[in-house]
Amino acid sequence: MTTPKTLYQKIWDSHVVHEEPGQPALIYIDRHLIHEGTSPQAFSGLRAEGRKVRRPDLTFAVMDHSVPTTDRTLPIIDTDARLQFEALEKNCRESGVRLFDMHSKQQGIVHIIGPELGITQPGQTIVCGDSHTSTHGAFGTLAFGIGTSEVEHVLATQCLAQSYSKTLHIVVNGKRPAGVTAKDIILAIIGKIGISGGTGHVAEYGGEAIRGLSMDGRMTVCNMTIEGGARAGMVAPDETTFAYLEGRPFVPRGKAFQEAVERWKQLRSDDGAKFDMTVELNAKDIAPQVTWGTNPGMVAGVTARVPDPHSFSDLNDQKATERALIYMGLKAGTPIVDIPIDRVFIGSCTNSRIDDLRAAAQFVVGKHVARSIKQALVVPGSRGIKAQAEKEGLDKIFTAAGFEWRDAGCSMCIGMNADVLPPHERSASTSNRNFEGRQGKDSRTHLVSPLMAAAAAIAGHFVDVRDFDVTPVE
Amino acid sequence: MQPFSTHTGKVIPLDRVNVDTDQMVPKQFLKALTREGFGRVLFYDWRYLPGEKPNPQFVLNFPRYKGASILLTRANFGCGSSREHAPWGVKDYGFRVILSPSYADIFYNNCFKNGILPAELSEEQIEELFRRAEKEQGYSLTVDLPDQTVSDNHGLKYKFEIAPSRKEVLLKGLDDIGTSLQHEPEITAYEKTHAASATMYDQVDIKNYSNGR
Repeated sequence: MTTPKTLYQKIWDSHVVHEEPGQPALIYIDRHLIHEGTSPQAFSGLRAEGRKVRRPDLTFAVMDHSVPTTDRTLPIIDTDARLQFEALEKNCRESGVRLFDMHSKQQGIVHIIGPELGITQPGQTIVCGDSHTSTHGAFGTLAFGIGTSEVEHVLATQCLAQSYSKTLHIVVNGKRPAGVTAKDIILAIIGKIGISGGTGHVAEYGGEAIRGLSMDGRMTVCNMTIEGGARAGMVAPDETTFAYLEGRPFVPRGKAFQEAVERWKQLRSDDGAKFDMTVELNAKDIAPQVTWGTNPGMVAGVTARVPDPHSFSDLNDQKATERALIYMGLKAGTPIVDIPIDRVFIGSCTNSRIDDLRAAAQFVVGKHVARSIKQALVVPGSRGIKAQAEKEGLDKIFTAAGFEWRDAGCSMCIGMNADVLPPHERSASTSNRNFEGRQGKDSRTHLVSPLMAAAAAIAGHFVDVRDFDVTPVE
Repeated sequence: MQPFSTHTGKVIPLDRVNVDTDQMVPKQFLKALTREGFGRVLFYDWRYLPGEKPNPQFVLNFPRYKGASILLTRANFGCGSSREHAPWGVKDYGFRVILSPSYADIFYNNCFKNGILPAELSEEQIEELFRRAEKEQGYSLTVDLPDQTVSDNHGLKYKFEIAPSRKEVLLKGLDDIGTSLQHEPEITAYEKTHAASATMYDQVDIKNYSNGR
């Protein structure tokens, strides 16, 4: 009998190009995604060494981080951003890499369009110079973020030198209650394990609550895996995965698809496979989550209060909490539902897919954004999602309720374009990071689900969406 | 890459846990096209007041730590974004060594691509180094990579662990692309048997550049 293997080990084993004792293995990379932010120096490095892109056919480029979400027929006034776009265009042209530029009908956030177009497929290895590459793990791929030197390495060799990681099994048992979404599940997981709980590990998610999620929901969970310290998070592919993939532009057709599905079905951890660490949660115990601090682990259920720094036993945690509360302009003991909001951002590679927009739209239909809200943005993750949402009339629902309906990109998650959260203003944001200054200098971010963000926009402060009639759409 | 063997330098204590890479190099500096010049903007929002006036409250601006080349900090250093601009900033500022109880994976990895030694010591050892660095003006350490030790002039000597392959990369200043390309025949062989391809079955709106091969 062979030793049971984890999903991670199966993918690892099938990608080893070279290994020798005491050295990292050379593993093959099936898909390399690049964007304007972290690739220019990699191409310069190649040029300086006289090296070429080995597999331009396996490399896909997109403009997403700095693109405007307003009218793109206008000239780009941000000179630095324009130079970045020009550099990406030139690098792709010279090396034969396919590019979704900002005018492409399929342009979008790199981690949104990979799956949407079927570039992402089960069993692959995928890397990108972006930490949220973990998103693609929702398809049972080994996908993780890399630095620019490694981008250069993959461009030159289509391989990466890697050491075998430890494995972490995260099991979410039972059914999730109405109003509790994939975002709440992953925030609750990070709240439990901490932002470095998964460091050194590759995570695999399982359990009824994960199986019950749509692909959009699974992508949200895998996306934020990095916020818990693990570079990659995966969900074994199943019928939900296959149904999502069928018919997408880069997915094989007919008999080839059926053969692929048979292969993909083998991509699961064998019964009895050993993980280095296991974490279990019960979905029924998870409330809608709201972050109150300056990292994603500083999170609580919506019915909770902002914690007292002295409630933490560790001195470093006390200091970090004190600092976070000063930065966030919050007093310990404040009920989370009493926190007023200035701006709302529904978007990012975490929560800008069609299910997210449907959930938010379903809540806001017939309602209006509170007077105290200065701006409420909806930024679809891709132009494909934008078109789909418009077909369903979601854009009309949002604009009628007082939201702005924008073009696709990273937008206010990172604020590299004009979509910036002003100093000392407070957002309800569906993005992934509430670090100091993340959405803008001195800005204050509260991470929530699209449903919670929509509800906060209407009320002007956080509310418990479970108090409303919310039917799950995912 | 510049090889690393031993280094002696002044220590600066950055007393914060979970320092993320957004703090090291904020987003407005991610539009650069080169790897240079990030030392000036390292810890930008903490380091500068409006108008780029140095913030006297921030440790990098304390005169006593001027010229420090060893960054002493708390757990989970470098979490968050994969941006290599963070280690580029650390290096360009003049740091050759980071001392912390733990690092985030991607940042840790990126350090080795840039000739920075991220040494791991226990929480207690880091605590002791904080005490000494804050007490003694000009507190310096010698970091010996071949020996895997950190020592001061008062007899303190700590051993640290590092994977032998990581150590070798720093000691030799290896170009890892060159190392990997030595296995080019194996890469080609893998490609023949595994036939990775990305065929487009439906037309999508993409610019299909030819690489002229």
